[in-house]
Amino acid sequence: MSAHRLTGDTLHVFRGERHVLRGLSFAAESGQYLEVSGANGAGKTSLLRTIVGLVQAESGSVEWNGRNIHADSRAYHAQLAWLGHDSPLKGDLSAIENLHYGTGIRRPVDAAAIDLALEEVDASRFADRPVRTLSAGQRRRVALAGVLLAAAPLWVLDEPATHLDAAGHALVGHLVERRIETGGIVIAAVHAPLPVQEAHTRRLGLSTK
Amino acid sequence: MTGAWSAARLVVERDLRLAFRNRAQLLHPLLFFAIVTTLFPLALSPEASRLRDVAPGVLWVAALLSSLLAIEFLFRDDAQDGTLEQYALSGQSLTWLLFAKTVSHWLLAGLPLALMSPVAAYGLGVPTSAVPGIVASVALGTVALSLLGAVTAGLTIGIRRGGALLSLLTLPLAVPLLIFGAQATARAIAGSGIAGPMYFLAAFTVLGITLAPLAAAAAVRISLE
Amino acid sequence: MDWTWFHRFGSPPHLYRIAGRLMPWFAWPTAILIALGLYGGLVLAPPDYQQGDGFRIIYVHAPSAWLSLMAYTTMALAAGAGLIWRMKVAHALAASCAPIGAWFTVAALGTGMLWGKPMWGTYWVWDPRLTSELVLLFLYLGYMGLRAAIEDPQRADRASAVLAIVGLVNVPIVHYSVEWWNSIHQAPSVMKFGKPTISWPMLTPLLIMFVGFTLLFAALVLVRVRGEILRRERQSRWVAEVVAS
Repeated sequence: MSAHRLTGDTLHVFRGERHVLRGLSFAAESGQYLEVSGANGAGKTSLLRTIVGLVQAESGSVEWNGRNIHADSRAYHAQLAWLGHDSPLKGDLSAIENLHYGTGIRRPVDAAAIDLALEEVDASRFADRPVRTLSAGQRRRVALAGVLLAAAPLWVLDEPATHLDAAGHALVGHLVERRIETGGIVIAAVHAPLPVQEAHTRRLGLSTK
Repeated sequence: MTGAWSAARLVVERDLRLAFRNRAQLLHPLLFFAIVTTLFPLALSPEASRLRDVAPGVLWVAALLSSLLAIEFLFRDDAQDGTLEQYALSGQSLTWLLFAKTVSHWLLAGLPLALMSPVAAYGLGVPTSAVPGIVASVALGTVALSLLGAVTAGLTIGIRRGGALLSLLTLPLAVPLLIFGAQATARAIAGSGIAGPMYFLAAFTVLGITLAPLAAAAAVRISLE
Repeated sequence: MDWTWFHRFGSPPHLYRIAGRLMPWFAWPTAILIALGLYGGLVLAPPDYQQGDGFRIIYVHAPSAWLSLMAYTTMALAAGAGLIWRMKVAHALAASCAPIGAWFTVAALGTGMLWGKPMWGTYWVWDPRLTSELVLLFLYLGYMGLRAAIEDPQRADRASAVLAIVGLVNVPIVHYSVEWWNSIHQAPSVMKFGKPTISWPMLTPLLIMFVGFTLLFAALVLVRVRGEILRRERQSRWVAEVVAS
């Protein structure tokens, strides 16, 4: 198990004409959970999308293990699991089918692994139903199973616990805890802090200026 | 890491499965094609000889417009639910995955259109001897059109009421397809060789296969920003 | 190799100032050359033995048509540079070219139609050159439409750049396919231009007009790019200083 490190160096990001991130720097390494908080519009999503490489910073850089993420973005993305604001699921497919295709394009995955992941997020009961018929919270659980299945050392999650009940909230904390204990890095934008051990948590507060 | 071929197969398989779960959407462009080709005899005349003269134009304009309907849906759902983001961050080449998506789009939109064109052509008084030529030209032309559409649909992701804009972007670029496609159809009807225009269509398609997925990937990345 | 000039060129205030300084150097020769060309073309050149005085519209039509293509090429190349090197000023340049090019296209179409009336007895025939110009106009309109439809200015820059490049690849294909289309649908009633037996007194003003129009395009682009840069940088300090002085 090799140690990983993700750093951001004086990031400036514009959204339209808004200068959202003004010289933001951060660092996280294996075993750490970086919690990004801030009011609506403070740039949490912009920061996460810059970290995964969907948004390019006007200046400054993000580095994964000392390499700019845009230098070999495919290798970087192979080590990254991204969960955006919306759960990337197809309403007409069941949870199992969604994971079969969604994870399948990243790495070969068998039915047993999918079942196991669904069990871990407590979604086995509705695994066969079309996702269309699930509640938003149930969909979020299926999406989290997708994050687990990616088997990536770096997780970048945008409000992972959104729509989830109290048990779901605790579950996300538990999953994050387990990922960082096994040498991963988790970065999440949250409204309410996730229940993760204080010793492993780094906080990054964004403010609207 | 999944190999490139398996990844592409999964993309195509997922699109096909989704399409068959939601068959109505698949039928709409085909029905549109059928209705447009029905309108012409009503607007012009039922006389077979006159219809046969305009048949190549009618078939191709109708095929172009109904493909355009399908192109509107090419990326819409995937962009809305975040699937495109996952493609872009999958560690696979986005260009390759979008090429796979274009293939599935052609299987679901272009190929059915090509298979249906003989029926429409028959209604326009076209002799059955022209059928192979018509099917071949529509099939090849819609491949190029799907590739072109992948670029313009990628550019218009997230634009509200982008349908008219999508037409404005796509149709001028599709002019060569219309010219050579209609010409191939006309020659098929006249019973002369269609090789000439088909070569041009094929050349256009090859150019599209090499360049369009790259442009589509660039367009999608920009739209995801 | 020293790349500072490249970065300096890429800085908006620098380009703004350079464009302002260059402008008169293009504007005056433009005025003189176009005046000369028009005088030579409309007064000095002898009437055409076939078309009489009608041919004289070529002195506006041909340079307009040439510039409609050149503006598109310039736009696409600038857009490509903006896409590759993430240069803001290149996108500003591309955005400035589009309306100018569209107007030259309209001018080429309009003068072509005026020419068509005495030649063919009708304002519009599906002549391959006119048809290509019309498609080019749609390409320009699509480009500007896409730009207008995307709210985020950076996204609009980059998306329209991809479209411009795709369009640039397509323009010659459209051109040749339209030529081909015309050659197989040769309607007998359409009179073709006789092979132009162009003489020096006819040709010289035309060449002058080509140069004059090209400089006119450059001058117009310089004016527009200055406006475009000011608009894009309106929140920066240097623009406030420029406006204040």
